[in-house]
Amino acid sequence: MKRSKISRRDVLVGSSALVAGAAFSTRVMSATPPATAVTPALIEAAKKEGKVVWYTSVDLKLSEQIGKAFEAKYPGVACKVERTGAERLLQRIGQEYTANVHAVDVVNSSDASHLVYWKDQGMLAPYVPEDVAKFYPAEHKDTDGTFASFRVFLCVIAYNTNLVKKEEAPKSFADLLDPKWKGKIIKAHPGYSGTIMTATYQVSRDLGWEFFEKLAQQNILQVQSAADPPKKLALGERAIQADGVEYLIFQEKEKGQPVEPVYASEGTPIIIGPNGLFKAAPNPNAARLFQSFCFSPECQKLAVEIGGLRSVHPQVPEHQGRTPLGKIKLMKDDAAAVLKNGEQIKARYVKIFRV
Amino acid sequence: MTAVASTAPIATRRLGFDLSKPVLLAFATILFALIAMPLSWLVFYAFTSKNGAFTLDNFHRLVSDAAYLDPLLTTFALATLSALICCVVAAPMGWLVARTDMPLRRTIRLLVTASFVTPPFLGAIAWELLAAPNSGLLNQLYRELTGTGQDFHLLNIYSFTGLVFVISCYTFPYVFVLVANSLDRTPGDLEDASAILGGKAWDTARRITIPLALPAMLAGALVAFLQAMTLFGSPAILAMPAGFHTMTTKIWSLFQFPPKPELAAAASLPLLILTIILLRAEHMVLGRRGYSVVGGKNSEPRIVRLGGWRWVLLAGAMLVLMCPVFLPYFALLNASFSKVASHLVWFNNFTLQNLHFVFYELSATQLALRNTFILGILAATAGTILAVVISYVTARQAVAGHRTLGFLATAPVAIPGIVLGVGLFFTYTRPPFVLYGTLWILLIAFVTLSLPAAYQQMQSALHAVHPELEDASRILGATRLRSLWQITAPLLRTSVIATWCFVFVGVIRELSAAIMLFTSETKVLSVLIYDLNESGDLAAIAVLGLLMLVITFVVVALANSLRGGNARRNVAVG
Repeated sequence: MKRSKISRRDVLVGSSALVAGAAFSTRVMSATPPATAVTPALIEAAKKEGKVVWYTSVDLKLSEQIGKAFEAKYPGVACKVERTGAERLLQRIGQEYTANVHAVDVVNSSDASHLVYWKDQGMLAPYVPEDVAKFYPAEHKDTDGTFASFRVFLCVIAYNTNLVKKEEAPKSFADLLDPKWKGKIIKAHPGYSGTIMTATYQVSRDLGWEFFEKLAQQNILQVQSAADPPKKLALGERAIQADGVEYLIFQEKEKGQPVEPVYASEGTPIIIGPNGLFKAAPNPNAARLFQSFCFSPECQKLAVEIGGLRSVHPQVPEHQGRTPLGKIKLMKDDAAAVLKNGEQIKARYVKIFRV
Repeated sequence: MTAVASTAPIATRRLGFDLSKPVLLAFATILFALIAMPLSWLVFYAFTSKNGAFTLDNFHRLVSDAAYLDPLLTTFALATLSALICCVVAAPMGWLVARTDMPLRRTIRLLVTASFVTPPFLGAIAWELLAAPNSGLLNQLYRELTGTGQDFHLLNIYSFTGLVFVISCYTFPYVFVLVANSLDRTPGDLEDASAILGGKAWDTARRITIPLALPAMLAGALVAFLQAMTLFGSPAILAMPAGFHTMTTKIWSLFQFPPKPELAAAASLPLLILTIILLRAEHMVLGRRGYSVVGGKNSEPRIVRLGGWRWVLLAGAMLVLMCPVFLPYFALLNASFSKVASHLVWFNNFTLQNLHFVFYELSATQLALRNTFILGILAATAGTILAVVISYVTARQAVAGHRTLGFLATAPVAIPGIVLGVGLFFTYTRPPFVLYGTLWILLIAFVTLSLPAAYQQMQSALHAVHPELEDASRILGATRLRSLWQITAPLLRTSVIATWCFVFVGVIRELSAAIMLFTSETKVLSVLIYDLNESGDLAAIAVLGLLMLVITFVVVALANSLRGGNARRNVAVG
């Protein structure tokens, strides 16, 4: 157990320069704010506010489960989950703030570059939960304390084991271009999903846009959310997913559904989903309480055990029976590059896939 | 709006002088603002470049870029095909229920009402459950029956044909209702004459009945065309997975990050102009009747005896109704109680988990339900009050300029939901009216969209009330508003209730304007369902969809019971 923990952390340190790179680039020359513990006074203040609004792109069932766990721990503070794709959240928060609507307290995005963007816009409040200060690796928290990696997961290829034999299953991105998969692939959209946005950046950087141009010839079923392909795969609607969240593949598989992830030989895109707190949060105390809860071992365990996510909290062990991160060849995360190229990536994708 | 309408009569009674002029002026101003403001912003944006200068560049990009031109052509083909299919299927059905002795005619009409009130986006999702190439229930059944391999599929809903089919399922009621109603009120005299002169049943039908019903059918086809052209939900659900856009989904996608509002505005204008042209055409075809159902009592229509064919034709009609009603409802019901949406419910996979999730875990359910009810009730009330007052003014020619008022009340019919959504977004996200993020912006959208139908319905009802009672009231000293409130309104009670219900049902299923205007706090049921579809949560959709249908049918049944036996006319105003 201990060994695997160490190896996982090493892998995360080594393989994903991730948010840190971007965070450094926008670093304000000040010390990281001090850690804040959850005090009875904070809980009281949160109860007075009565609710916290969490905008998140975590799959609906899991995000509601996290909300319910929070409500169970802090009765009297309701957690209202607003779930949609990360790119939609970016658009929605932008529109709402333009019209002076401040509804969101805490945000979680599967496109780490969004947090960097909101921070640059001066929209995020610095707040460092105790767990983050004590336990989270440096590259998984913003130096100015405005966000930290709530979740880490992969964007994987996967297949339906009833429809595809293990030996015949694709083993790489290149395998997806085999004509035998024509009409059998489902894929999510970077204009909706932060996971796919991030993955599209990593794959296009490592394999070139030609890969997507060829993939577009495969008659793919184009859905929006990265949470959709695993579900459609379990239904048997398509045999292969070109991309989609790993954690739902785990969930479905562990429920007995016939799905299996593939860690591509070229490397698998890694997705960082940070949580951040807004300065103009309508429920600032509940927001802090919720942010602290999110990074607690309790919540992180839930996210790992039930949710199928991966955690960078060292007290949270990996789940038995899932391939440990250390054994997977990963692509390199680069939030700063996604921030810089996001619009182009979407435009290019729409041009290639026509929707 | 509500405030103006409900406080004014009370004030009148207390003050004792006629406030009708200023009140009516206020109504005209409200209407004008409702319609003109969003459209002006739309036009302004369409002709403005990013840095605020006048430009035609947006239109140039529209016609020169395949990414915009293709959706335009697709939409046109889609709407034309849907309208054709509607005519071919619905017109004969309308004739069957109006002019033959086919059994269960009343039931057929009710079932058409059911498909009429089914939200098209819900139908589209249900058809995903039925006819997705691999997991669709019908395709599974086909493979089971024929023993073909797992790669074979009979139906593919994610295709242009699939989309045409699903859209036709929910637009054919327009043709059906117009044809059936037109035949209902076409006097039997001409047919009697034909029969007396020795014409056989078929000759009479061919030479008298069909020509008489033709204008109604053409009008129906135009309405079906318009509906197919301006729908947002079904194409968003079926076309985008298949890899193509229609105009509405394109407009919507132009609002995704990074938003291109000027292009969205420019893309909205062709839809608006085409709608206006088609409505003019419809008006010409139908004459001045619009699509209201006013008509005097004439001799009973002649009933064609079908003999042995009556059961065959009934089976045919039922088969048609499988598509919009029986099959989709079954699929939704199945998905609500199944552990896996693509498996048939049986003892081993029956679950209440989906219900539990929707009602106890999904935190958006309560909010969306509350918003939907608030908006439904407010929009229905405001819309009905506006419709009553305006139709009163136009029917009684109460003030100068009543024609303008009538025109303003019908004008929104030419504004597709998504276009109005875009226009309202421009109008109310900036000072002086920042309504974005509140329910008000949605209320404005819903009232505007439902006003034409409500107005038409009230207008035809008012024509049936003779003005002498009002005159008596006014001679006895009541002001016009007081007579309206105390005499006319009670006489119109059932029509008012029916109109209210009609608007309510229309509002709770509205998606294309709502999708442009909602925020997290102002989410409504239709938007929630659409959101869930994007993340593939089919079970939750099924539960919410059925809930929506139950609410709808309760309201429709209520309207029917209050209106007495005239159930068939409830769907008459499209």
